[in-house]
Amino acid sequence: MRRDRTVVLVGVILAALLAGGPFLPQWAMFIVTIAFAQGLVALGLMLLLRAGLISFGQALYYCLGAYAAGALGRFVGIGDILVQMLAGALAAGTAAFILGFLLAKYRGIFFGLLSLALSMILYGLLVKNEALGSTDGFNILPSTLFGIRPGPDWVRYTVMASAAVVSLALALIVHRYLRTPLGRLAPAIKDNEIRVEYMGASARYAVHVKYVIAAVLAGVGGALAATTVGHIDPDMAFWTTSGEFIFVTILAGTGNVIAPFAGAFIYGAIRTTAYDLSPNTWQLSLGTALLLIIVFLPEGLWSLFKRHARHS
Amino acid sequence: MPVILDARGLCKNFGAVTAAAEVNAAIEKDSVVGLIGTNGAGKTTFINMITGYIKPDQGTIEYEGRDITPLPPRDITRLGICRSFQIPQLYPSLTVYENMLVGLGIVLRNARLAGFFHRREGDVPGYGKPAHEVAEHLLERFGLADYRDRNAQVLPGGARKLLDIALTMVAKPRILLLDEPTSGVSAQEKFGMMQMVLDAVRAEGATVLFVEHDMEVVSRFAQRVLAFYDWRIIADAPPQAALADENVRRYVSGNRA
Amino acid sequence: MDQLLSVAVDGIIYSAWLFTAALGLTLIYGVMKIVNVTHGSFYALGAYAAASITGAWLAHGYPPMLSYVVLLVSAVVVTLVVAPLIERGILRFMYAKDEVVILLITYALFLILEDVIKLVWGVNPYFVAEPYALLGSFSVGGLAYPTYNLILVALALVAGLGLMWLLHSTRVGKLLVAVIHDPEVSRAMGINVHRYYLTTFTFGSLLAALAGAFTAPTVSVVPGLGVEIIVLSFAVVVIGGLGSLPGAALGAVIVGVVRSFSVHYMPQVELFVIYFVMAMVLAFRPRGLFSLAEPRKI
Repeated sequence: MRRDRTVVLVGVILAALLAGGPFLPQWAMFIVTIAFAQGLVALGLMLLLRAGLISFGQALYYCLGAYAAGALGRFVGIGDILVQMLAGALAAGTAAFILGFLLAKYRGIFFGLLSLALSMILYGLLVKNEALGSTDGFNILPSTLFGIRPGPDWVRYTVMASAAVVSLALALIVHRYLRTPLGRLAPAIKDNEIRVEYMGASARYAVHVKYVIAAVLAGVGGALAATTVGHIDPDMAFWTTSGEFIFVTILAGTGNVIAPFAGAFIYGAIRTTAYDLSPNTWQLSLGTALLLIIVFLPEGLWSLFKRHARHS
Repeated sequence: MPVILDARGLCKNFGAVTAAAEVNAAIEKDSVVGLIGTNGAGKTTFINMITGYIKPDQGTIEYEGRDITPLPPRDITRLGICRSFQIPQLYPSLTVYENMLVGLGIVLRNARLAGFFHRREGDVPGYGKPAHEVAEHLLERFGLADYRDRNAQVLPGGARKLLDIALTMVAKPRILLLDEPTSGVSAQEKFGMMQMVLDAVRAEGATVLFVEHDMEVVSRFAQRVLAFYDWRIIADAPPQAALADENVRRYVSGNRA
Repeated sequence: MDQLLSVAVDGIIYSAWLFTAALGLTLIYGVMKIVNVTHGSFYALGAYAAASITGAWLAHGYPPMLSYVVLLVSAVVVTLVVAPLIERGILRFMYAKDEVVILLITYALFLILEDVIKLVWGVNPYFVAEPYALLGSFSVGGLAYPTYNLILVALALVAGLGLMWLLHSTRVGKLLVAVIHDPEVSRAMGINVHRYYLTTFTFGSLLAALAGAFTAPTVSVVPGLGVEIIVLSFAVVVIGGLGSLPGAALGAVIVGVVRSFSVHYMPQVELFVIYFVMAMVLAFRPRGLFSLAEPRKI
């Protein structure tokens, strides 16, 4: 059944990466790890999108996660990858829990604009904050895992492997969530919120929960990105970063929890090759791709996969 | 029969417009009550106040002895009072079956986070059967079994109405408020549909209030009629008496003697 | 007292600039009900066109005093070329879609235009400081201000009053006011709402281009110029109320003054405070301070 297929797919991907990983070139591992980081943020956006909401400011939580990971290193001296991701999750989750009380009341463009404003507030705060390096940001401590510092040849693999395990585990959790009554409420909220209220459920509660989950995912993604890149700066909260996440989400579609990761990977691949080919036209390519997808394939690339699978 | 719903002294003004002026009604358990009146007479406002969509400026509404006046719609639904809508409120992108499941999911665990940790789905409260069985059962009852896998969006008018009402049954309501259940349905189908709805609903033991413009439907199915005019109830009697009432004739049904 | 005076003057100048920059965005939202991200692109296009054409003008030895006209004309020309292309070529087919989808479409167009600008004008910065330097400076309360900044103020006044006049005194304008208030009813009364979209889109984009063009002499024109202006314009428009022209003025003044205060007294919060006000307005008066949009659901 569909459910098994996702779990199986996750297992296969994980196994392939863990086993084949050490043979991948460094740049490939980098792209894969970043794809997981972005994919996590996009997964959160997908949750919100299913309920009919689009956040223009997920970068807020992505950045919070990154800075939490960075602060761990800078102020506490901890560089453990898993602890960093946990810190990112907590920082983002707490912020989202509080902000969610406000945001869960909004819909449509206003939800988008308010989330945008909140992310820009963080940007504004960080940019002028001397202690955190202002516009330059700062570097992250070298990564360790369970107390061990991997050798220089193994760092990338360690980070990638950790990323894969955590991300795919989170994906499976979300997958399970989507099958609970609360998860199934999303398309109902999108379709007819009044009816949902009149059936005895609180749309606001459901949205608040989704918002927090999405934030936690973004926070983990941010911590992961920080550790992979080795550096964090306020641009991670800028609206263009949020724009990238939205792009990935739309590219991927909302069909399956694996889709956002596939989308992030494709986005990363296109972006790198397009940039290498012609640094002044990669935005043009992306913009055109986005336009074409919105117009011709509104369900995202995953819908192609689904269609193919159904016919086979 | 004991009173299950007691509305007393309800008043509502929207700015300069009065929508309810001293409305009193005591509904008995297991009864079938028809609400009639011209448009704007206050019937829908009355329903909206009972279901918590709007709050009366004055007056109280008691349900099984409990004051429900300040509660929001979702709490009132959970207590057992459900309503259907004049314009069917469905989930257009989901199939008929999925529409039912969403509702049942809400009822099952009140759609909270705790639902994540349950391994098996339990029985639907009030029905004692698992969700998919209740869904099939209700679809059967309302004659929607054939439409099971169609998207709610493409249903014909009568089926949409039926689905809307079926959705309200999901919470096993003790009081069901039907807002113009036969509107938009052709004259030949009205009686059949109303009979089907009432059979299905009464089989689950609910008290019914329905808003209706068709006096024949009212006289055939209602045990009691509340006539609204000018934001008050001008007649409260069994259908024969109510429809013969002079004021009702003049202001509502338009039948001169 | 001097401090306060310079806060005020700074505030006025910044507000004027913000107003001109944001006015087009609110006009387009008001009439077309779309949040237009290409707004930033037109600002950049205006700046680039103005910088390159005026630069060429001055390099050829033509009268510097006319360079202001050249700035204006450049903005007009670039808008008249690009805006109809976008509206007729792409947006026209999308109006039936959800407002968020249209926003994303304009975002995609923004990305495309960013690179188009790079392809046409290259990535090296353009400097065209002469129109700025030519006018010298004047002093207020002991501090010197470039006289050029008065042009920004004048532009804001002309744009604002001009638009108000157009909307209230011309036939087209009055039709647009009707559409702003209620597109459904307007359509029902026979107004061909879509026909005015082209005019509105072009005019709104022109305002952005003008803001960009007249800002060009004060900065170095580089890629990415449009990126910040988009989100600042959003802030202004949200504070004043989406679709409201007096709202844009109020929003610009509030943001301008608030920013000016923070720059002078607490520079660390300069950026933060603008978006904070935007968030506050969205939280407590989502309709903005004068508004037309419907804020939330239940």
